[in-house]
Amino acid sequence: MTKIGLEIHCQLTKLESKLFCPCKANYREFKPNTNICPICMGLPGSLPRLNQKAVEKATIIAMALNCSTPEKIAFFRKNYFYPDLPKNFQITQLNVYGDTSVGGKGTLMVGDKKIRITRIQLEEDPGRLIYEGSSEKNQITLVDYNRAGTPLVEIVTEPDFENPKEVREFLNILSDLLENLDVSDPSLEGAMRADANVSIEGGNKVEIKNIGSFHDLEKAVHFEITRQQSLHSRNIPIIQETRHWDDKRKITVSSRSKEEDMDYRYFLEGDIPWLRISSDIKEKLKSEMPESISSKKQRYISDYDIPSQVADVLSSDKFYSDLFEESHTKENAREVANIITTDLMGFVDTREKRDSSKLKPYHLKDIADSIQSGKIARNSAKNALYEIVKTGKDLSDIISKLELGNISDESELTLIIKSVISEEPQAVEQTKSNPQTINYLVGKVMQKTKGKADPKLTLDLLKKQIQ
Amino acid sequence: MNIKISALQFAREVKSGNISAEDFIAKTIEQIKNVDDKLHAFLSLNNDAIEQAKNIDKKIKSGKKVGQCLGMPISIKDNICIKDTKTTCASKMLEDFIAPYDATVITKLKQQDAIFIGKVNLDEFAMGLTTEFSAYGPSKNPWNTDYVPGGSSGGSAVSVSAFECVASLGSDTGGSVRNPASFCSTVGYKPTYGLISRYGLISYANSIEQIGPLTRTVEDAAFMLNLITGIDPYDNTTVDNHGEDYLKDIDSGIEGKKIGIIKEMIGDGIDPSVLSATKDAISKLEGLGATCEEISLDMVKYSVAAYYTITATEAGSNLARYDNLRYGYDFSVEGYEFNSYIEKARKKFGPEVTRRMILGGFVPSAGHAGKYFLKALKVKNKLTRQIDEAFKKFDLLVSPTVPILPFKIGEKIDDPIALFLVDINTVTANLTGKPAISIPYAISNGLPIGIQLIANSMDDKLLLQAAHALEKTVKLPEVPI
Repeated sequence: MTKIGLEIHCQLTKLESKLFCPCKANYREFKPNTNICPICMGLPGSLPRLNQKAVEKATIIAMALNCSTPEKIAFFRKNYFYPDLPKNFQITQLNVYGDTSVGGKGTLMVGDKKIRITRIQLEEDPGRLIYEGSSEKNQITLVDYNRAGTPLVEIVTEPDFENPKEVREFLNILSDLLENLDVSDPSLEGAMRADANVSIEGGNKVEIKNIGSFHDLEKAVHFEITRQQSLHSRNIPIIQETRHWDDKRKITVSSRSKEEDMDYRYFLEGDIPWLRISSDIKEKLKSEMPESISSKKQRYISDYDIPSQVADVLSSDKFYSDLFEESHTKENAREVANIITTDLMGFVDTREKRDSSKLKPYHLKDIADSIQSGKIARNSAKNALYEIVKTGKDLSDIISKLELGNISDESELTLIIKSVISEEPQAVEQTKSNPQTINYLVGKVMQKTKGKADPKLTLDLLKKQIQ
Repeated sequence: MNIKISALQFAREVKSGNISAEDFIAKTIEQIKNVDDKLHAFLSLNNDAIEQAKNIDKKIKSGKKVGQCLGMPISIKDNICIKDTKTTCASKMLEDFIAPYDATVITKLKQQDAIFIGKVNLDEFAMGLTTEFSAYGPSKNPWNTDYVPGGSSGGSAVSVSAFECVASLGSDTGGSVRNPASFCSTVGYKPTYGLISRYGLISYANSIEQIGPLTRTVEDAAFMLNLITGIDPYDNTTVDNHGEDYLKDIDSGIEGKKIGIIKEMIGDGIDPSVLSATKDAISKLEGLGATCEEISLDMVKYSVAAYYTITATEAGSNLARYDNLRYGYDFSVEGYEFNSYIEKARKKFGPEVTRRMILGGFVPSAGHAGKYFLKALKVKNKLTRQIDEAFKKFDLLVSPTVPILPFKIGEKIDDPIALFLVDINTVTANLTGKPAISIPYAISNGLPIGIQLIANSMDDKLLLQAAHALEKTVKLPEVPI
């Protein structure tokens, strides 16, 4: 049986400052080496200053993943030399001498399958290495410490996955969950990274590192399973090793450094005293936790009769569910859900588009209400939505500017209907034997009015004219 | 003008207008010029000291609010960061390191109008107890310049003892304040762990070390503590002392106090003159109304081994950052692969630092940690339990600060084990986080002997009161410089 386990690193991008200093946790907008201070640069004499908010966020993650949370947490030093590590040790957590990391054993359901979480720990992200120069000989390494000290949560799973598809599903659920908890924005580049370990029946465990995206992770796992199966079928032993994902060639390559032989000389970080997280604090955090995705989904279905699939899409994406929560009323909820999941999704399908979108919740409410009152047709509503996302203008302005409003003037509409009746004598005749044919005539009216005819009024008037 | 005055005397004299800060600083600089070629306490001097003193005098004259130090010349061990000042740790590794920020103790003393007269010598990265391991040459004992001044805060003790400053800040990891204080006949005080912020103190073994004052009197030590103690948001290990005033009631005496004499600290290998000084001190304490009784802390036997194992482990980690990539000395990375570069760059560490780094790579490593590092932690815990137990019975503990007299420069430098054992009486306070103080007690053959008192955690006030009481019974000759 194939066994796959994951180590997921998630930056707490929603925090204001780094894990041990006041520098910004959002390092991405800075020029290289400008989001730094004596602490995150590990200058002589500097000491870490624990960001309590980071501990809270990490604890929230642990609770959301049903992990045990110890009464006291501690930090440890992981010692190794690397240019991206200003102190040449990383402050992290460890459960070897008792459970002292923010989260112990937990679970996350992926469909009907239970994935076991081994532990959750809070640690600092290292800096970033940037390689420049073409050939090996000319290559230079640049170091940017802006990221150094960014709060990072490591989530380790048991080897409970059997195929890459399960891995993908798990990661989707996990990243939705983290976004919903308002701890991280997984769409930010580098905010979520994962390593995998893979073994097949009768083979040793192989660790795969350096995987840039979740998309590549699935590919890397798939490649690694195939590689191991091919070795196995030829009776070549699978050795325990660390392999790196080669992004260009899309294969895993044996690492030159023997990482499994590394001795990190873990020991307690004396500069950060043991931190007690009382049950009162835990209760408080729990009460402040955002509503879970599954609870939201259930509520959408039972309160508003929103179809299960629509509720699924709506609840699992924080951007959409936030919009929904702020724009819907008891009456228009289904309509709002519909607009979001059919029309809006196409307009804001990337992070950039979401960031630049000018859409406000009241816009959605206006559109839904206008559809329901027959002021605007669905088709026109979609066009209006597109304009609103682009410009942020009010619906009424857009309706008049683009002439999207419905033709609800009876005399104007009667004229159009009369011309349709005269152009379609056969269809008119058929309505007598087959009343459904009237829909064909409604369609024709819509065609002539480019969808702006009020459908209900059109039907009424048609019936009146034909009789 | 007499520069041989205590910090409290200095403050009184300047405040009353009897002396000016400028004159005193000028005199002090003159003293440094006269004696420091011989003693080598200083690694660098503050060229703006006179200017700073003038400004403080102006403030005093114009009746503006002045800090409690009133321009007092204070020397700072060169492992404590002063902004825009070279901070070398007496290492070639940090030869060109200019600190971009102030240590918290420096910030606090600046607010009190102290003048940092200069940065003083130490064993490289505070690893040693003679200052012979300074990359810039040893300091000399003012009582006899053929002798070591103790260490690692040797420069601090020498500068106080030889009137090159009024007070000094050192750091104490295993006795590094108390040991040179004892060897140079000054007061040296290591407070309860967490009482003084370590932010800006360059870490050697961060879980046990503290900044501490070296002064002429116990009162001065209390005065200094008042100025630099307190919770610091930049050091998560600092503890709340609820605004204690350590000078207030310092004359309370020790009537009725119970004092334990640590048996293991007056045993084998103790110099007879040190033993007799200790016995004399015990009878003095009894004369002051205390009752003294012997107590055995058998874990003390293992304390030095545990101390070196723990400090080497922490040092191996704390000093790993010195790879010369971000700061350090002039050595270009051009053309080097990372590992070969740092290997070469780190050759600048001196022999004692290198020795402890190698030890620090070994004792906590997989397969060896159980035998060494984890065992050392067990000793630390057991020792703490023993001493906590002792403090249920006793208010204070007493011992000689160092079991032997100061020795000659070069005498023990090639025998690390013999050197390690000199720490036997001081490391316990560090491993257990307890406050301890060394006060000048006797002179034997022209060489100083110090007596150590240890108190329970946060009993620093009691410790200072007791030390002050004992100090008043002592009359010592002036340092022969």
